[in-house]
Amino acid sequence: MTTSKISFRNATKVFGAPDSGVTALKNLNLDIRDGEIVTVVGPSGCGKSTAMNMVAGLLDVTSGEVLVDGKPVLGPGPDRGVIFQQYALFPWLTVRQNVEFGLKLQGMDRAKRKERALHYLGLVGLASFSEAYPKTLSGGMKQRCAIARAYAVNPSVLLMDEPFGALDALTRVKLQDQLLDTWSKDKRTVMFITHDVDEAVYIAHRVIVLAARPGRLQEIVEVDLPFPRNDDVRLSPEFTEIRNRVWRAVYHRDAQAA
Amino acid sequence: MTVTNDVNVTTAPRRRWSPNNFTWAALSFAGGIGLWWLATVGGLSELPSPWAVLTRMIELALDGQLWEDTFASLRRVMIGFVLGSVIAVPTGFLMGWYRVARAVIDPWVQFFRVIPPLAIIPLAIVTMGIDETPKIFVIFLAAFLSAVVSTYQGVVSVDKTYINAARVLGANDRVIFTQVIIPASTPFILVGFRIGLGSAWATVVAAELIAAQSGLGFRMQQAQLYYDLPTIFVSLVAIGILGLIMDRIVVWAEEWLTHWQERV
Repeated sequence: MTTSKISFRNATKVFGAPDSGVTALKNLNLDIRDGEIVTVVGPSGCGKSTAMNMVAGLLDVTSGEVLVDGKPVLGPGPDRGVIFQQYALFPWLTVRQNVEFGLKLQGMDRAKRKERALHYLGLVGLASFSEAYPKTLSGGMKQRCAIARAYAVNPSVLLMDEPFGALDALTRVKLQDQLLDTWSKDKRTVMFITHDVDEAVYIAHRVIVLAARPGRLQEIVEVDLPFPRNDDVRLSPEFTEIRNRVWRAVYHRDAQAA
Repeated sequence: MTVTNDVNVTTAPRRRWSPNNFTWAALSFAGGIGLWWLATVGGLSELPSPWAVLTRMIELALDGQLWEDTFASLRRVMIGFVLGSVIAVPTGFLMGWYRVARAVIDPWVQFFRVIPPLAIIPLAIVTMGIDETPKIFVIFLAAFLSAVVSTYQGVVSVDKTYINAARVLGANDRVIFTQVIIPASTPFILVGFRIGLGSAWATVVAAELIAAQSGLGFRMQQAQLYYDLPTIFVSLVAIGILGLIMDRIVVWAEEWLTHWQERV
């Protein structure tokens, strides 16, 4: 095994009392390589958000370990950027001030902050909206702003919790391409939670399929498709084949054995 | 890659006090005064006519009494309201942020909240004397209670995702408090100020009716003794206008401070 960026070692999370609580995730073992895009799919209750929040440091493990760069996660930190489904932009700050939020906390001076914020806003195509307030942006633009905000603090890991789930299909496809585009210019390790099988296959190196009740690892599907991904890839028979495999793993666990 | 064509087309922000609304309000008032005038000239009522009230208002304004009364009432409201709000906001933050503070303070707030401030007046007069202190105290109480409850509500209802978003960007508790909790709860606090100012104004008039030697409420009470209906009306109109102006000022402050909010 080469160096892994994120490792789950028998990671288990129980909500409530250890004996009577709900087991959200049971004995997860998983390694995510540096610079890899991994998507996590599974039915609701499979613990996919729980797994991500443990990497983010927003939840602690009940037993087992979650390691980032070989060190146990002790809490949230700017080395791990998180993108939430509900965008979570601060509505009282402008687009640029939102992107600068993390930089300000690092003590970066005003001019440098602004330059960096504008750079990342440019990367997501929002440079001309830097002085707008979030309320004037569409859902897709808000999420791009959130991506720029996460990127700006230069995390080595990006954790995305169904980031495009609230968007319409067209915007979602556009943002998937843009995420890959941004990633190819500035490679980070990405852990991406989704319930959309097409999305999971399209952007990933590997798709992790989890099963529910209790949340556990079901299958890991290698996505052996070339980068850059584009419409040709999306419409290729190879894509369809992998997509079908993931689909069966998620929805028809029994049929897959046949 | 350029993605700039999915701009949200929003109409100009709707103003609560657009000229159109203003025109309607003016028409409505004019209609009301018209009906009042008809009722008095038609002999349907013993009320003074709008004209008599206006004449008295000018008289009282010219000899300075109206201003003295207004000043006395406003002074009590402002001192009580400012004191109440200044103490309420940190108390509300404390209650929202620390569980123990909430458990200790909340029962007292809930207890005093169900007592009308006016019911405190007899006690306040007996213990604090008949000068300004008891009046300011009950106004303080009225303003404090509404602002403390809404500040506390504002803090506990801050969206947890904002806090998580700040935390993963490297914010500690102090930063989360000053840069997330305070701005996110501002709309709630301002609503509390608005309600607090309303109840402060209601309380001052009532307090002056009971025990005072000056103020708009006191003037009404005096006029009642002499069956001086126009003066009672002048006080009522002045109270209404001042209350309306104060409310507008808070609404403007609210719109200015929370312009970033999505409004329906």
